[in-house]
Amino acid sequence: MSEMLALDFMRNALLAALVVGLAAPMVGIFLVQRRLSLIGDGLGHVALAGVAIGVITDSAPVWTALVAAVLGGAAIELVRARGRTSGDIALALMFYGGIAAGVVVINKVDGTQTANLTGYLFGAITTTTRADVVLFAVLCAVVVVVVTVLRQRLFAVAGDEEYARASGLPVLALNIALSILTAVTIVVAMRVIGLLLISALMIIPNAAAQQVSRSFRAASWWGVVLGIVSSVGGVVTSYYADTASGGTVVLLAIGIFVAAALAGAARRAIAGSRHRHAERHPHEHGPGCGHEAVTHGDHVDYLHDGHRHAAHEGHYDEHSADPPDAAHTLEDREEVPR
Amino acid sequence: MSTAAPPVLELSDAAFGYDGRPVISHVDLTVARGEVVAVLGPNGSGKTTLVTGLLGLSQHLSGDVQVLGTPLARLTDRTRLGYVPQRHTLSGGVRATVTEVVSTGLLAGRPWWRPAGRADRKAVQEALEAVGLADRARFDVETLSGGQRRRVLIARALVARPEVIVMDEPTAGVDRASQRVLAGVLQRLGRGGTTMLVVTHELAALRGVVDRIVEIDTGRVTFDGPPQGYAEHRARYARSAGRGAA
Repeated sequence: MSEMLALDFMRNALLAALVVGLAAPMVGIFLVQRRLSLIGDGLGHVALAGVAIGVITDSAPVWTALVAAVLGGAAIELVRARGRTSGDIALALMFYGGIAAGVVVINKVDGTQTANLTGYLFGAITTTTRADVVLFAVLCAVVVVVVTVLRQRLFAVAGDEEYARASGLPVLALNIALSILTAVTIVVAMRVIGLLLISALMIIPNAAAQQVSRSFRAASWWGVVLGIVSSVGGVVTSYYADTASGGTVVLLAIGIFVAAALAGAARRAIAGSRHRHAERHPHEHGPGCGHEAVTHGDHVDYLHDGHRHAAHEGHYDEHSADPPDAAHTLEDREEVPR
Repeated sequence: MSTAAPPVLELSDAAFGYDGRPVISHVDLTVARGEVVAVLGPNGSGKTTLVTGLLGLSQHLSGDVQVLGTPLARLTDRTRLGYVPQRHTLSGGVRATVTEVVSTGLLAGRPWWRPAGRADRKAVQEALEAVGLADRARFDVETLSGGQRRRVLIARALVARPEVIVMDEPTAGVDRASQRVLAGVLQRLGRGGTTMLVVTHELAALRGVVDRIVEIDTGRVTFDGPPQGYAEHRARYARSAGRGAA
């Protein structure tokens, strides 16, 4: 480990991976919520055209990619807001036009040697310079601050756009803001895991987080934690295993997703075997429903023909009349003292 | 019903539609404060276009529409109108708790940089109590039944304390036990003086809640009156259509 940290380029690589692992899932959870998991992929294609412009004009490709991706992100939302069926085609033209133009231009300038192109498409984290790391950290800080401030609004618009509009929220502005945040994240992650794989780091840690959490708040935190574990863990693994960093990061994220899915299934199975369902009844217990309410630890049981019913997910559990034991907490409401 | 206060809604010869094409036109309708109005009509009759027009979701094409004494186009404070859409998923593709969904009802009422305060949390708690879901505040919304999900949406509309609530099919696809609880919630709101405009197919589920019925068919208002009069209207319609029952 210390041998790896002694290398300057590895220190830069790990710092870059850290900021990317933090920012990508923070933005990505809203894409998962909007069921637009692949939009990041399309924006990555557009960013390649920006890289190409940077290569031609001999300016820093990060900045030209940023401009292209931000313009592309705003255009996506404007096309979507018009709601025409031709919008889908317009997005396809933009995405594939972007990547095609990028490939043609970069190949033309670099000649037959395509190492540069591969670096942008699949990531070239070890070429990250100290100046790059500083720029990424600044951009990532902007993303984190904006997402933190607008979190609830982005959640409301992504969850129910029609209601958000009816309640008077600036839906188009918030959608464009999310699109621009996505674009910035893509450019930051471009060097670390590549334009073709970037969407994975925005989506997969969040998909894994959904398996193990029960609230949006918890899922957001888990997404960030799993994102950082995937990106930093992937870079470390790629150093020792001598593999491509971008692909390693994504494969690790998928491995974490599978583990989370199995853990979620196991937890549901264990919870299912450890608690007793009450008999089905069409009556819904609630305040003033006619059954006596009894406080039981952190929740309320309803006295139903001499036994106690507690609401749990889509059914009622049988809770015993014994005082709740210490293990009976909100997180484990499945645990029923027998 | 007192007519001294200015009406909550006042439409004269109004038309609403999409992309410049009217779906419903020549609507004359006045709703007084505290009235509970059921908007009935077959699918495609234009009843949803009418109520979504009041919310700014469909286009107001012609005629005069006053909402809470203000012309519709100049109504900037949209939190005065509550909206309960017809929804099956409440949070898109992610998990969210009942509290998290209901809290979004308060966002339009405060500046973008201000986080939720204690008063906001209290308002959420009260809205959940009003719909009888206070004991399920921390449940994942995906684990709730259809009727409970509707009540989450009603709480989300109630939390900003609107003066009028517009509901789209609140009882559709809800089992009978939940329908009873839902009707009880609407009844309590109605008795508390909340003005409501309820688009529905199922008048039976709202018996005793509704003060007045507006029927819409093929883009026109075809009946406007009390529930007793509506039964006679249907019977007349059925006779003229030459059928035994409507």
